[in-house]
Amino acid sequence: MPVISLTVNGRAVEGEVEGRTLLIDFIRRDLGLTGAHVGCDTSQCGACVIHLNGLPVKSCTTLAMQAAGSEVTTIEGLANGDTLHPMQAAFRQHHGLQCGFCTPGMVMTAIALAKNNPDPTEAEIRQGLDGNICRCTGYQNIVSAVRAGAKAMRG
Amino acid sequence: MYEFKHLPAADTAAAVEARNNADDGQYLAGGQTLIPVLKQRLAMPSALIDLAGISDLKGISVDTETITIGAMTTHAEVAANADVRRLIPALADLAGGIGDPQVRNRGTIGGSVANSDPAADYPAAVLGLGATIRTDRREIAAGDFFTDLFETALEDGELITSVTFPVVEAAAYVKFDNPASRFAIVGVFVCKGSDGVRVAVTGAGPCVFRAEAIENAFSADFSPESLDDVSLAADGLNADMHASADYRAHLIGVLARRAVTKLI
Repeated sequence: MPVISLTVNGRAVEGEVEGRTLLIDFIRRDLGLTGAHVGCDTSQCGACVIHLNGLPVKSCTTLAMQAAGSEVTTIEGLANGDTLHPMQAAFRQHHGLQCGFCTPGMVMTAIALAKNNPDPTEAEIRQGLDGNICRCTGYQNIVSAVRAGAKAMRG
Repeated sequence: MYEFKHLPAADTAAAVEARNNADDGQYLAGGQTLIPVLKQRLAMPSALIDLAGISDLKGISVDTETITIGAMTTHAEVAANADVRRLIPALADLAGGIGDPQVRNRGTIGGSVANSDPAADYPAAVLGLGATIRTDRREIAAGDFFTDLFETALEDGELITSVTFPVVEAAAYVKFDNPASRFAIVGVFVCKGSDGVRVAVTGAGPCVFRAEAIENAFSADFSPESLDDVSLAADGLNADMHASADYRAHLIGVLARRAVTKLI
């Protein structure tokens, strides 16, 4: 089997993969990073969102081979020790989750959104979350959390 | 997914060669349609020839009359490109409304155009603007390119390298999207250019098509009222759980009016 090397959360990693191995399976199974989730089989839910070379992508719709040589950041790579990333802290503060299954993808998407657009309107946040589905919250608190997280990120 | 070989290609010639040498090879662009298809075991290629490493296929170049977009340029790159936004804002808007942000970071214009999905957005711009599709062996006019449901004029193994769009006087795209997938239930692209008014419709038929009755009406009078006496036949239009053929025919008129309203 081919061997790929890439950087995940700042750490150089290597692994044997099949051509058909999905990036999410490599991250969860081979690296044991189970923060990113698989919530659907149709590339719609966004629970698997990670950053690939700084851009949010669906790791369930990316082959591990396509990430060879890349930099990947997962939800596990955000906090600095016990200090949460400002977007994670905002989700906790604003109760932007209930069951929490979609949260890793929401947070990864929200961070990329805020980097592109430091002061997003509510409409821009809702549009930015088009690719992330939450079945618990009705999105109200997620939108509040993203606004607060973006504010905290711009300092 | 069934098993397949992943073969990264270094340049266009190597990609075409790898594709010709494979038993049942398929090109892999951004993978935002192909990978879901493979996950559902709806296709069983022996090899995927990955185009991501071919730098010649990426990027956007501009001259006074055209914009050329490399086949492997992502939707997000097109949406954010200052030249596209300045010269053909409707094209940037269309690219920025495809799927969702994550799909736009991976999906490419070449992949979308080659797939000829009946509900995809890009074919509406390609046909509506009268673009030219360049491949590894020839140039194909948009009007000759989209032939049927997931069918194009591409020959076996032919690879799209870029798409060239003419800069036009005015253009607008309006879609009525499926809220779950953001694919177009119907999308209408209206363009006013050197060869008159062009109106391309996606989502409604087996593949993108030009609505001649609307083009004629807009040519005579570029206003939403010009469609008051134009009725569109539902014959041959798509019907599914989201919309009947009659409803799609109705939507074509509604969206064409909205598009022209944006331009006057």
